[in-house]
Amino acid sequence: MKEEKQADQEVLQVNGHEHLTGADALLRSLIEEGVDTIFGYPGGAIMPVYDKLLDYTDRLNHILTRHEQGAAHAAQAYAMVTGKPGICFTTSGPGATNLVTGIANAYLDSVPVIFITAQVVSGLIGTDAFQETDILGVSMPVTKWNCQVKKAQDIPDTIAKAFYIASTGRPGPVLIDITKDAQVEKLDFKYKKCNYLRSYNPHIPLHTRAIESASIMINHAEKPLILAGHGVLISGAVKELREFAEKAGIPVAATLLGLSCFPSGHRLYTGFLGMHGNYGPNLLTNEADLIIAIGMRFDDRVTGNLKKYAKKARIIHIEIDEAEINKNVQVDLEIHNDAREVLQYLIPLVKQKSYESWIREFRICDKTEYEKVIRQEIKPESGAVRMGEVVREVSELTKGDAIIITDVGQNQMSAARYYRFTEPYSLVTSGGMGTMGFGLPASVGAKIGKPEKQVVAFIGDGGFQMTIQELGTILHYKIPVKLIILNNGFLGMVRQWQDMFFKKRYASTELVNPDFVKIAEGFSIPSRKVSRREDLKNSLVEMLAAEGPYLLDIEVEKEGNVLPMVEPGASVSEVTLNYKS
Amino acid sequence: MKQEFTISLFSENHIGILNQITIILTRRQINIESITASESAVKGVHLLTLVVKTTPDMVRKIARQMEKLIEVLKVFVHTSEEIIYQEIALYKVTTKGLMSGNVIDHIVRTHHARILEVSPEYIVIEKTGHKAEITDLLAQLEPHGLLQFVRSGRVAITKQVKELNAYLRELDEAHRFKPEQVGVLN
Repeated sequence: MKEEKQADQEVLQVNGHEHLTGADALLRSLIEEGVDTIFGYPGGAIMPVYDKLLDYTDRLNHILTRHEQGAAHAAQAYAMVTGKPGICFTTSGPGATNLVTGIANAYLDSVPVIFITAQVVSGLIGTDAFQETDILGVSMPVTKWNCQVKKAQDIPDTIAKAFYIASTGRPGPVLIDITKDAQVEKLDFKYKKCNYLRSYNPHIPLHTRAIESASIMINHAEKPLILAGHGVLISGAVKELREFAEKAGIPVAATLLGLSCFPSGHRLYTGFLGMHGNYGPNLLTNEADLIIAIGMRFDDRVTGNLKKYAKKARIIHIEIDEAEINKNVQVDLEIHNDAREVLQYLIPLVKQKSYESWIREFRICDKTEYEKVIRQEIKPESGAVRMGEVVREVSELTKGDAIIITDVGQNQMSAARYYRFTEPYSLVTSGGMGTMGFGLPASVGAKIGKPEKQVVAFIGDGGFQMTIQELGTILHYKIPVKLIILNNGFLGMVRQWQDMFFKKRYASTELVNPDFVKIAEGFSIPSRKVSRREDLKNSLVEMLAAEGPYLLDIEVEKEGNVLPMVEPGASVSEVTLNYKS
Repeated sequence: MKQEFTISLFSENHIGILNQITIILTRRQINIESITASESAVKGVHLLTLVVKTTPDMVRKIARQMEKLIEVLKVFVHTSEEIIYQEIALYKVTTKGLMSGNVIDHIVRTHHARILEVSPEYIVIEKTGHKAEITDLLAQLEPHGLLQFVRSGRVAITKQVKELNAYLRELDEAHRFKPEQVGVLN
């Protein structure tokens, strides 16, 4: 009997194929794709896979988060800092539906994450079995691709396809739903990576004629402006963007997800675009005569009122996703290609130029913004601590070399505005979806992805409580992340809108908060509360020097507003610099 | 200005593709005027013909979003002038109506319809044509005891010729010369 069992567990080799269970095949397929980290949460239907995980602990590190949403965000952050697809396991039913916010978040921000959900036994599908959900139907609008596997023999090819789809073209999340019986069934395992699908062609031949036309437009422009988005980072075009901008002498502005693709201190860098972006790039978008949009999608938070957007400019749009071209803004020249390939072809075609008086216009705007907004935010002399000064202090102490994680809202906008990014891939934030609660689990994923980097998260007191349970993950795996709660006792950004657009009627935005220091204590995370400006720097130094995780609860100005602001419905050139409530 | 467009969409035969396509329309609250789905001339490739009323700008946007779906091979958008299209309709009328002189026979002849089946209780008439013609015949038959009426979605053939087969061949050719994909991020 015992011998029989042993024989059963032995891997049989027939014609170079191994005889494995579906669960084994899944894990082996992931290893073949270079996976070493998985974020997840077990449950009934996925138990065969979790059982097999114990046999692969030497090659696969599984991080048990405290909620499936946390696993999804952590996997996304891991992907954003490492460039490798994130992997996330959950069980069927609620395990799968708890992922939905995380999947949608990865989808809107084009991040490759492979979600593996378990499904009830195939014979029970459609019967409303215990923990059965039609997760394919639920996730369809928010995944790049999804698929159900009911037979073990289909697992390797489906995983191969999932990696190919998730990581090529415009990346995005994919979801594979594997029935419980497919996990235990046996198959002959042989893995072959996927590099071609007839109906999906991510590698578009270079539109050289269009790029040549672009070079002519660029060489004749008088006030050109580059808008750099996430696509620059995704396509690995950081070096090319810099070379292009420097040769052609063109100023560069970045979208929220494009931040860190161009060094903050560079003479051609003009700042951050959008609703709470820098004054210069917003205002002067409407003065430019040529806009070169690279790997960005003209989100409404970037463009403001479309009817008054960039009317003096001709627009060149370099974008890998054809559906994004002419979606929001009608462009004059579309280049439907990979950003890096386009720039490589374009650089030799553009003339060496400089636009001193044009760049001076940006510097004048910088000065105005500094006088009216930035100075009182980063160097206030009295009053409560400001979010901006916390961020800038961290920026200086880490010399711009940390990976910055944000939640969503004022904390996010302050981090984006006041951290001086120098290293590419150093910002992890929830852009398109604006998911509160993203920050804490994202910090876990980022630190696991880049353990050698200092990972600092700026999180509001509201968002912190949305995924606060992930402190358990930090405790469990001793993840040395530095957490900063920018605590104003409000849902700050909503309160700001109530202040500015709803006659200061603060409906459900003031929070009664717990003692975060005591909470951290419960999770064995060293922590400190900071209320006075004098204690700020020392506390930050202490936090950054701490070996393990550390939490700082910083009491900031209760009713501070993030400015400047392109108010909803306003044009990018109608920027509010002063606001007195 | 809203106008009628015929979307011809070729896709792999993947479960859920119809759902993915309709999601693109429903999120923008675009109504499907008619829809037909079946295997195309190429084995394993399915053809969906959708008729929508919307603006040229919108139809271009949704076509691009459809083409972005992984299993979709190609999407063509045509105005009614650019295609030859037909719908088919079946009409069931009481046989009594037929017996009362040759009115129905006359209607069938003048509308280029044909009688499919005659039974003691009912006759079934088939008509192929444009929507207006089918509706016209319906109006004519109604007074004679119409029992049932059903019409199909549109099927269409384009006037401009680039066969899907040729397109698929091109894709496979291009793949043969495609450099190996390398890591995308970083």
